[in-house]
Amino acid sequence: MLSVTGLDAWYGSAHILQDVSLEVKRGEIVCLIGRNGAGKTTTLKSVMGLLPRVRGSVHFDGQELLGLPAHARYGRGLAYVPEERRIVPGLTVRENIRLGLVSSPIRSREGQVIERIAETFPRLRERLDQQATTMSGGEQQMLAIARATASDPAMVLLDEPSEGIMPVLVDEMFELFARMRDGGTTLLLVEQNVELALAIADRAYVMDQGRIVHADTARNLLADPRIREEYCAV
Amino acid sequence: MTILGFPPDLLVLQAFTGLALGAVYVLLAVGLSLIFGMLTVVNFAHGAFFMLGAYAGVFLLAAGGNFWVCLVGVPLLVGAVGLFVERFLVRRLYGRHIDDPLLLTFGLTYVFVELVRIGWGKQALPFDAPEILQGTVDIGIGYFPLYRLFVIGVTAAVLLGLWLFIERTRYGLIIRAGARDPTIVRVLGVDVGRVWLLVFGLGTGLAGLAGVLAAPLQGVSPEMGTTVLAEAFVVTVVGGMGSLVGGIVAGLLVGVTVAMSALLLPEMSKVAMFLLMAVVLLLRPQGLFGRAGLMS
Ligand SMILES: Nc1ncnc2c1ncn2[C@@H]1O[C@H](COP(=O)(O)OP(=O)(O)OP(=O)(O)O)[C@@H](O)[C@H]1O
Ligand SMILES: [Mg+2]
Repeated sequence: MLSVTGLDAWYGSAHILQDVSLEVKRGEIVCLIGRNGAGKTTTLKSVMGLLPRVRGSVHFDGQELLGLPAHARYGRGLAYVPEERRIVPGLTVRENIRLGLVSSPIRSREGQVIERIAETFPRLRERLDQQATTMSGGEQQMLAIARATASDPAMVLLDEPSEGIMPVLVDEMFELFARMRDGGTTLLLVEQNVELALAIADRAYVMDQGRIVHADTARNLLADPRIREEYCAV
Repeated sequence: MTILGFPPDLLVLQAFTGLALGAVYVLLAVGLSLIFGMLTVVNFAHGAFFMLGAYAGVFLLAAGGNFWVCLVGVPLLVGAVGLFVERFLVRRLYGRHIDDPLLLTFGLTYVFVELVRIGWGKQALPFDAPEILQGTVDIGIGYFPLYRLFVIGVTAAVLLGLWLFIERTRYGLIIRAGARDPTIVRVLGVDVGRVWLLVFGLGTGLAGLAGVLAAPLQGVSPEMGTTVLAEAFVVTVVGGMGSLVGGIVAGLLVGVTVAMSALLLPEMSKVAMFLLMAVVLLLRPQGLFGRAGLMS
């Protein structure tokens, strides 16, 4: 579904990503882990077309994405939940969800979409007309996920969705990811909550200093604490 | 009975005159605010677009159109010039320092003014309101020029339309969200560059409308945009950069201030609006409605 090959990326003259290759197959949850500053966010941003300078290849659904403008991805079924949630201030919960539909052909079925979202995220149901930024961090994260998935994308990239969220909600969120996968959505998940993430993931890549240093099944990584100690200690 | 040596009726009528003047400022300030709020471009050519609006009216009248044709045609023509300017000039400067588009649009003003001088000459031209809008009406406290009421009415209708557009349509939602966080709008599939283009066209179109509405009030001259630009900036600063409601409130406030000071303290009338600005900036540096949100 998504295959990244030989990806290099720069911030100004700083060469951040070096020869990153990874693959996510349809229906998988793949985890990308690594310590702070390893290049996880930069990898997701490169895939989304948000970096000024990249080289290599990013194939999604058989199509090259590099070179396409950033907005050309969502319509092809690739959604992104960035690291700071990015809930738009001044908009209600409903309007934030609607924002996930403005470019989508299913925007005329907004009522149905909101109903589906309210079922998946019961916490959002009674808050639909509330100012979105008045919600708790966890609820805002749920909203960010709801917004990105409003158009029912084939694949979602998630950047540290559990960061700064209370533990009950974290568990709820990982259950949701497992259900999304079972419903046919492909996920690439960047996480610091390594144990929980590996517990639901199929495979994982470990990053360090802008490179992929290890790739394995989630089960093997869970059973092998050395890798995690070496590359994921914060 | 008199207040400050004037009969109260006259003061109220003068305040109404200020509202009509303010309506023109509001149209300008709303466009400036939209463009600044979305594109972070300080459009120094806004006064020139205002002036182009008046001359586009002159052009359409000469081509056989009437005032009503101007009212629709001028915003479209001037907005089209705005689209062209954004697409081929301003767009190249996104991501650069905020001074760069400011200097560009400042320079554009001279180009537009010179072009108009070449096309229509340096001297001011008259511009008559249509016959049906000439004369005065009794508004209860005295007779008021009908055309000024008309300007207030058109502005109110345009603002209502704009509000509905921004609050109720999906384009409006994109504009509100894009002003806060263009990246998130982009990853949700919206070509933000196109939104910026349309916002620039909308803002300059509103400036053109203000120009053709103001033409019967003050005549038409190549320099008419220069003074009004200062007033429009005072309005956006008083109202708060990027705030539409601020632009409306401050536009009317500045209009009334200018009109009242012209009556009460004629020798101070040029300074009064800057005094108002200084007072507001001392009390609220961000302006009356600054950074509370594009539509709040
Ligand atoms: N906007 C930027 N300009 C310059 N350098 C940057 C920028 N953003 C990130 N970097 C650098 O790129 C490297 C990778 O950062 P990145 O954000 O991708 O790491 P990360 O793995 O997501 O870390 P974290 O776990 O802290 O989120 C770091 O060295 C960081 O300092
Ligand atoms: Mg990161």
